[in-house]
Formats: sequence, structure tokens, C-alpha cells
Amino acid sequence: MITTPLLSILKARAKQKYRTLQYPKGNPPPLSDRFLGKPLIASTPCPMDCLLCVSSCPIGAIQKKEFLHLDMGRCLFCGACVEACPNGTIRFSKDFQLATRDRESLVIRQREGSETLDKSIVGSTLWTNISRKFRRSFRLRQVSAGGCNACEADCNVLSTIAWDMGRFGIQFVASPRHADGILVTGPVTENMKVALEKTYQAVPSPKVVIAVGSCAISGGPYKDHPEQKNGVSSLIPVDLFIPGCPPHPLTILEGLLRFLDRI
Amino acid sequence: MRNGESIALKAIPNLEFPHFKTVLKDAVSTGNRILGLWAVPFDNEYSMFGAILYPSTQRVEILCSTVEKTYPSLTLDLPSLHWFERDLSERLGMIPQGHPWLKPVRFYQGEAGKVDFFRVNGEEVHEVAVGPVHAGVIEPGHFRFQCHGEKVYHLEIALGYQHRGVERALTGGPNERSIHYAETLAGDTTIGHATAYSLLVESLSGRKPSLQAEWIRAISLELERLANHIGDIGALSGDIGFLPTQSYCGRIRGDVLNVTALICGNRFGRNLVRPGGVRYNLERERLDTLRHRLREIENDTVSAVELFFETPTVRARLEGTGIVPTHIAIELGLVGVAARASGIPIDARKDLPWGYFLNQCPPVGIYPTGDCYGRAYVRWLEIQESFQFLHRITETIPEEISDKEPPPHFNDGIRTESFLSPESLGIGVTEGWRGEIFHVAATDSEGKFAWYRVFDPSFHNWFGLAYAMRGGEISDFPLCNKSFNLSYCGHDL
Repeated sequence: MITTPLLSILKARAKQKYRTLQYPKGNPPPLSDRFLGKPLIASTPCPMDCLLCVSSCPIGAIQKKEFLHLDMGRCLFCGACVEACPNGTIRFSKDFQLATRDRESLVIRQREGSETLDKSIVGSTLWTNISRKFRRSFRLRQVSAGGCNACEADCNVLSTIAWDMGRFGIQFVASPRHADGILVTGPVTENMKVALEKTYQAVPSPKVVIAVGSCAISGGPYKDHPEQKNGVSSLIPVDLFIPGCPPHPLTILEGLLRFLDRI
Repeated sequence: MRNGESIALKAIPNLEFPHFKTVLKDAVSTGNRILGLWAVPFDNEYSMFGAILYPSTQRVEILCSTVEKTYPSLTLDLPSLHWFERDLSERLGMIPQGHPWLKPVRFYQGEAGKVDFFRVNGEEVHEVAVGPVHAGVIEPGHFRFQCHGEKVYHLEIALGYQHRGVERALTGGPNERSIHYAETLAGDTTIGHATAYSLLVESLSGRKPSLQAEWIRAISLELERLANHIGDIGALSGDIGFLPTQSYCGRIRGDVLNVTALICGNRFGRNLVRPGGVRYNLERERLDTLRHRLREIENDTVSAVELFFETPTVRARLEGTGIVPTHIAIELGLVGVAARASGIPIDARKDLPWGYFLNQCPPVGIYPTGDCYGRAYVRWLEIQESFQFLHRITETIPEEISDKEPPPHFNDGIRTESFLSPESLGIGVTEGWRGEIFHVAATDSEGKFAWYRVFDPSFHNWFGLAYAMRGGEISDFPLCNKSFNLSYCGHDL
């Protein structure tokens, strides 16, 4: 049978339907019930000598002085600490909104005397005058600087029709000269250091630097390896941190939209 | 030894180098293949190891030979070892005498791309250099095309930009970080690499995972294959300029990743596979959701991919582009999709089965043409087989599989206890979606990793991409590149 390509295309188009997410106007897409979002630390004081969560963390993201500190910028979101803690002090919520403007806000602290779980880390808005300039058109050059390619894959997803980041005027462009900023993934390997610096210099000012994933923020699983630089901040100033290993596409999109004061 | 078994280091035959070479040569000439070649410094000499896979007996043979710093190159007789010997020379300073093309593969010193590139000379010959930062959202690598007009005479590929010291850091393990290194060797192959690492640790510890854990690992490995193959067909479609399939497949890939997230919470399968088992159970209710979603995804995929293959302009663009003939594919030692698209029926699930694949295993899809069409079509065959396989193993569930408890694992104990037999060598081989993944490590007297080597399928296949470009046009590169879709981080480690 002879089929005409046009008819087949139309037929497939009808079958595949309209599938772009309604978010942020509508609800975010449902996440797995096992999704590990923002970590929360209960305020109940821990036993003095208990260091189980600290020693279970593969990357040293948890510190205990008087209280517990959990650094989302280092966290691999593996949940080893939850398994290790006998008291249920640490748990991971379903909250996907993790992006922050400054590094310090990524640290979650156990607070004394407050009965509620700490939800204050994200801050009310990421908006500044700089990001306002890019509100309706935001072009990014992506630089993959080491790492495992999972963050890149979940950035790529944002360009597919399901997420369609172009709806918001956000787009990945081929050249730094066409970009308003760079979105960096990976811990910045020694071998990518020069390329990252050159790409940054090629972006016209004012320019934005976004670090996506625990590698780009702190070195991730490769923290303190001599072959890498423990993240982007060691070389250039970062304006937006999006933690995760890798961050869910929803976390990245939400971070970008909040950065642009779009939600 | 079989997949997931270990052997005492003393039991590995130490052969005279000429004998070592003869064994390798004979194995390859009788249709077997070399999984890996590596060396370990030992006093002022080197212990060189080779691993041969014998598909007919489903066994691996490990050989060893003590060699000096300068030794006669094996590449001259076994071209598939050329990249391995480049690695030996860069990593350990060994000198394989007579190697035709001795250059670094990873640039450990942080000077990636600083190397004498091969140059074609002549009137109107020109060079096109691309990378390490590419136009798309992809990993870094540097490519140099030697061209005359549009025709490419040679493509030289310089990698190493993703080198982050994983093998070095695995030495002294296993510890709490080890599994995370395995999961991030190549992020899109999290299940493939984490399973290979777990097989290796299990081989050295003598503890096997439960059938239920093996079942969950097999399901997640095939989900990983589905997601990536569907994504690749979409990406190829985009590079041809056929947007419908690109759009649909881009979305469907995400739907498959979300099924993986249904099992373990993470779209890439992080935190699922652990030495000794898996961390999450697949209960009946969850399994029902999974089956239901798979049926829907299969429907969407069939519509999107059949459209792709029945469109004449798509076929015309793919056919005859980037040909790697069968004999070249064998000589270069290609693995995985690239090998099967050149008509070589290799697949670790069949050749060296492990875990649930010992019970049943999807048939191997091959295509004889060796072109971009073949590599796309083999992906389509594997997509269909993986769907069938997943339907089969999720609909008839073995009695041993319980609904109650997640299958146990012993990863948490790795930090505190010494599990591994000392002075032994263990292996773990899986068939990731790109091809065969080979992990091999030896333990010291304390049962800690004395060294750890990882061979991602990309390590075998990068030169295949360079070969596929010969005589093609620069505009064929995106197609060839996507049809191989090799990992930079899996290669650079």
C-alpha cells in the first residue's frame, strides 16, 4: 500500500495530542511518591553523641556542631541519612522548589525551640533588577564542565514539547555571544577550566551565571578531587544555584521562572 | 570465570609476553572478543592484564603477563587494542613500540586538546575545529575535521574534558562514595554502571542478591534502554529536520524516565541498585501502575517511530550515511548498538548473562548495513524487544517475589565491614543501552580495591565514529554523532 507521508504525519499528530504541561498556570506534573525533594530537619534536639547521619553521608553534606546543618548544595539526595537516623529527624519532603540566589541559603539548619519544620530557606523571591531585565527574553549558553551528563539531559528536557521552556522566552542558544548568561553543569574539571572562562568572557554584560546540580555548586560526588575545582564559584560569581543530583526538570524550570520573577 | 565471579590473583596465569599475545590473537581470530586490556605497575615492571570473552561458553578468561616499560605493541596485530594501548601509554608511561598513533586519550594533566593533531595537507584542504563547548546542550569534546570542500577525509577526536578522577578515587574503596561514583560514571547509564559495580562487589564478597532484586534490576535496565533509544531516535529525527518524531520522542523519553522514578523516585534510577540488592521494592500496586503506563508509552512510541521509518525523506537521509562495514567494526572492536548495526550479533545479556537475564533474555536485534539507518533501526528493534521483555517479566512474576519487604542490600555495611575477599580479582559486565560495560577490580590484602578499571562502551566506539565520517560530508556529522551517541564522561572517567 502506498501511504502519503503527509497523511501519516497528520494521523500521528492527532494520536499524540497536545501534551505541553500547564505549569505554572496549572498544577505541576505529579511527582513520584518516592521523589526526594527539599530535606527537612525536625527541631527536636538530637542525642549528644549521635553522629549516624553525619557519617552516613557520602559527601559530608551534614555537619553537627550544636545543631545539625545540611548543605543542599552538596547533597546528592540519596537519602542515606534518612535510613541512618533512628529518630526520624531528617526527612525529604516533596518540595521541588530548591533554587536560591545565594550559596548560604542552601544550608538547612536545625533550629531550637521551633516546633515547625524549617521551610524558610528559599526566601520569598529571587527577583532583582538584573533578572528583571531578562524577564521576557532570556537566552542561555549551556556549558558542560565535567560531571555525568544527567544535569545536561534534564536541561535538554526543558526544550522538549512537554516542558516547552520557549513559552517563557527562555532558550538555549548556540553561541555565548547570543546569550544573556551561562548555565553551567559539572564540577569544572581542570580540562574544562579554560573553556568555561573563555565562554564566560564571551557573553556580553550584564550577564548571569547559573550553577545547576551539586557538581556545579560544590563538586558533587567528586568534591575535593584534584582533577576538578569544586564547582563554578571557584572561578566566576554565581547568580543562581539550582541544587540536586540531578535536579528534577521541574526544579530547574521553577528556579529559572522565579529568578525572572515570572511566578 | 562467569559474569559476577571472582578469582584469586594468584590463580591468574602469568604468561610470557609472546604467549600472552598469541592467546589474545587466537581468541579474536576465532570470533571471541577482548573485553579490556589494562596494566598495573609492579616494582619496575608492569603486570599487563587482558580479559577475553568467549560467548560460546559464556565465560571470561583473565590473562596476565609481566612486561617492561617498553614492549612490542599489540595494536599491530590486534587493531581493536589501539585505544587501550594509548591509555596504557598515557596513564603509566608505557611505550608500546610500533603503535601507529600514540596520543593521550584523557589528558590527565589538565591540558586537554594540547596534542599534535593529524593534518591533511594540500591545496584547498581546510580544517574545521569544533568544541569543547558545543552548540547544543551536550558534553565537551574537541573535534577536528580535515576537509576538502565539504568532503571529510578524517575526523580527529580529542576527549578528556570530562576527566574527574573516578577510577583513582575508587581505589581504596569500597566506601560510602563508591556507589555514587558508579552511578555517575555516565549519568544516562546509571543503572547499567551501578549494576556492573554491584556485580563486581558481589563477586568479591560471595554474596548474591535475591531473585526479586535481580528482577527489579532487569526491569530498570530495560527501562533505561527504552528511554535512551527513544530519545536517540527523536534526536536523529531532529537532526534530519523531521520535527514530528523529534517532538514526540523527546516527550516519550521523559515518560519512560518517569516510570523509573515510579520505582525509585529518581528519573535516572539513582539510589536504586546497591551491592547485594536494590533499595526499593516494586509492590503489586506499583507494578500495576508500571504495566499500565508501559502500555500507553508503547502505543505512543509505535506511532512516533513508525512514522519516522515510513517517511521516505528520513530513510533517504539515513541510508548510506556513515557506513562502518562489518569487517572494520570487528577490527575496531565496536560494541553495543554500533556493532549490531554492522551485523555483529554481540550482546552481553546473551554472551555473558547475569542476574535475571540468566532466566530469560531478549533476542539480539541486528542489521547488516553499518550505516546511520542501521544504527537507528537496531535501536527500534531493541525498543520493541525491550517492551516485549518488560511485558513478559512484569506479567508473569516468579513466586519468590514478595510484596512485603524491599529486597535487602548490604551497601550500608560497606563503610564499616570488610566484605571482599583479599588478593582477588572480580568482574562485573552488563549490557547498558550503548553496549557492553565492563568493570574489573582487584583487592589488596585488606580486601580494599587495589585498583579499579572501568570500560564504558564508548571507550571501544569513539574511533568508530571517526571512521564513519571518512568520505562523508561535514553535514553528516550530526547524524553520525547521534547515531552512535557516545558518552564523553563514561570515556573520560
